[in-house]
Amino acid sequence: MSAIATTAPAAVEKKKSRGAAWLSLLAWVIGILFVLPVVWMVLTSFHGESDAAQNPPAVFAPITLEGYREFFTGGASPWPPLLNSLTASIVSTALVLLLSIPAAYALSIKPVKKWTDTLFFFLSTKMLPVVAGLLPLYLFAQNAGLLDNIWLLIVFYTSMNLPIAVWMMRSFLSEVPVEMLEAAQMDGANLVKTMRSVIAPVVMPGIAATALICFIFSWNELLFARVLTATVAETAPVFLTSFVTSQGLFLAQLCAAAFVVSLPVLVAGFAAQDKLVQGLSLGSVK
Amino acid sequence: MSRAHVRAATAAIAATVLFVSSGCAGWGGTEGGSGGANSIDVLMVNNPQMIDLQRLTADHFTRETGINVNFTVLPENDVRDKISQEFSSQAGQYDVASLSNFEIPIYAKSQWIAPLDDYVKADSAFAQDDILPSMTQSLTADDGKLYGEPFYGESSFLMYRKDVLDAQSIQMPAAPTWQQVADIAARVDGKQPGMAGICLRGQPGWGQVFAPLTTVVNTFGGTWFDKDWTPRVNAPEFKAATNFYVNLVREHGEVGAPQAGFTECLNNMVQGNAAMWYDATSAAGSLEADDSPVKGKLGYAAAPVDRTKSSGWLYAWSWSIQQASEKKDNAWKFISWASSKEYEELVGQQVGWSSVPAGKRASTYENQDYLKVASAFAEPTKNAITSADPRNPGVQERPAIGIQFIDIPEFTDLGTQVSQYVSSAIAGQMTVDEALDRGQRLAEDVAERYKSRQEG
Repeated sequence: MSAIATTAPAAVEKKKSRGAAWLSLLAWVIGILFVLPVVWMVLTSFHGESDAAQNPPAVFAPITLEGYREFFTGGASPWPPLLNSLTASIVSTALVLLLSIPAAYALSIKPVKKWTDTLFFFLSTKMLPVVAGLLPLYLFAQNAGLLDNIWLLIVFYTSMNLPIAVWMMRSFLSEVPVEMLEAAQMDGANLVKTMRSVIAPVVMPGIAATALICFIFSWNELLFARVLTATVAETAPVFLTSFVTSQGLFLAQLCAAAFVVSLPVLVAGFAAQDKLVQGLSLGSVK
Repeated sequence: MSRAHVRAATAAIAATVLFVSSGCAGWGGTEGGSGGANSIDVLMVNNPQMIDLQRLTADHFTRETGINVNFTVLPENDVRDKISQEFSSQAGQYDVASLSNFEIPIYAKSQWIAPLDDYVKADSAFAQDDILPSMTQSLTADDGKLYGEPFYGESSFLMYRKDVLDAQSIQMPAAPTWQQVADIAARVDGKQPGMAGICLRGQPGWGQVFAPLTTVVNTFGGTWFDKDWTPRVNAPEFKAATNFYVNLVREHGEVGAPQAGFTECLNNMVQGNAAMWYDATSAAGSLEADDSPVKGKLGYAAAPVDRTKSSGWLYAWSWSIQQASEKKDNAWKFISWASSKEYEELVGQQVGWSSVPAGKRASTYENQDYLKVASAFAEPTKNAITSADPRNPGVQERPAIGIQFIDIPEFTDLGTQVSQYVSSAIAGQMTVDEALDRGQRLAEDVAERYKSRQEG
């Protein structure tokens, strides 16, 4: 008995580290699985069209920049759609933050009456499938003369992302300890001062995470953009689809285009990485 | 916030304010945006011929006329969705769209597109009489007015490996019957390792299996509908044709026939997995391309027949002008240029003669530069297109225009649903009789709905 008792802690320790090793292996496998399609896309984008179409795939085919050259100098210029997407994403994200932070404040730190109902109401607007609202919105846009106008997309993207942002911001603001707010009040800080010096530093990672998610959602939105824009306000995802053809090869060029279009999101993601990890894990570890 | 952050934020805000204050609707469009008087907006399908057009427009059309052209290019299914949304609401965002001869008579009836007769009459350089008559006919609506100009067209014919048939000392008749084709398929089937006797489409879709199959039905004396919209899908002729087609492809057809469409059959031919192929004339360009391993080994015969004299189909990507467009004159100038003889020559010189949007003008088939590249299939293609009769493709009168389709909006759904049963029959999961009996019920619904819509 005593022999078992003495060896047990070491065994547990060993078991624990083995479990951790398995877990980290699993994490790596899942991580690689997720990143593999992206890597594949990038690899294909540097291949020639006929190499890209080969089955089984030609992984070590010669590298070429043909796909990228086609994208930038081939048919239509990619800059207007990219600028349209950038405008729609940045402006709508800014609007979402402007509206969602005060709303979240009123739902967490200084909750309004029936704040749970309000919160649920926000969520309920996301329950209708987007496509169900498409026809009325199209007819509205047509009658209002707003078809093919980037401002219409900005309004839609703002309203589409607002509920998510309110929910996210609410959970981040709830993390702010009440004691900190009381202490600030005791020191005579007014609302603006409290917001800027007490709340902002604590929830900054949350704001970054919210902003990035709204940015990604607006950047990638295809359904509305395809239906509501034409030649002036066309966004990058719609432009991307124009590389698909039913006659001839297009994979390499499409991959190059897709990589360029996903670059801004990748850059934004990497830039905000540390804040993002804090933000997304905020509230999950108590 | 660091100083760099502040600077970046200020720059972003400044750019946004600038953009907002300019009152702009977006970054796209050429000078003056799509509202500019001297610009037109064109919505078109992403096929290689259209991409060439997009590349050549600014340096040629715009330079000559001063008219800027803003293009939206989408894949085939998306462009059909977008065009029907745009044209049914008459949103007026696009002046010109690429439509096929399936949509044009339907859209014309709904007055979504503008008649072109007056423009054609005033524009003698366009030379409408150079357009192949069957093309003009298929783009003319029931009211007798012309609603579209073809960009490039195709019919169907039989492509076969001369070397394979020669090895069995088989002579392909210039105008074979389907029975002769079936016999030849049986004789060459498997004579070379992995080579099927014939490749025929089996993939579900009104534009897939039912494109070639409907032409077989036509020449076997069948039809989807009688003159008075009585459905004839399970009539003896329709059944005989479908049984013939299904048996031929099951016995001597390609591997994986129930999933094989145009692309799969093209690959089979290129890789030497089929000795014959009945499909679009436009496939010949790919088979005879410089990098094709079967280049020069192919013969071309007219679409096989049974009871009719000819049986090739007719399809054309064409241009139409939206009725709500406010720039119809400029829109016509664009169409007149894109569908012109001069444009074909421009493509021949700048892109290559094999990329010419052919199959629409008689003069193309007299052009020596083109014939040098396309000698093997130019004549059979032209014959196939000119012998196609979209108003009278079978042995009986038809209620609507169309060879490989019936030109009503309901046909896409009907054809696709029935094609799924036929595809199952090719896979051996259902008999042809069963498939067509189900098809008949669907066709009855369609006839009823169509008639009530006409009366209502």
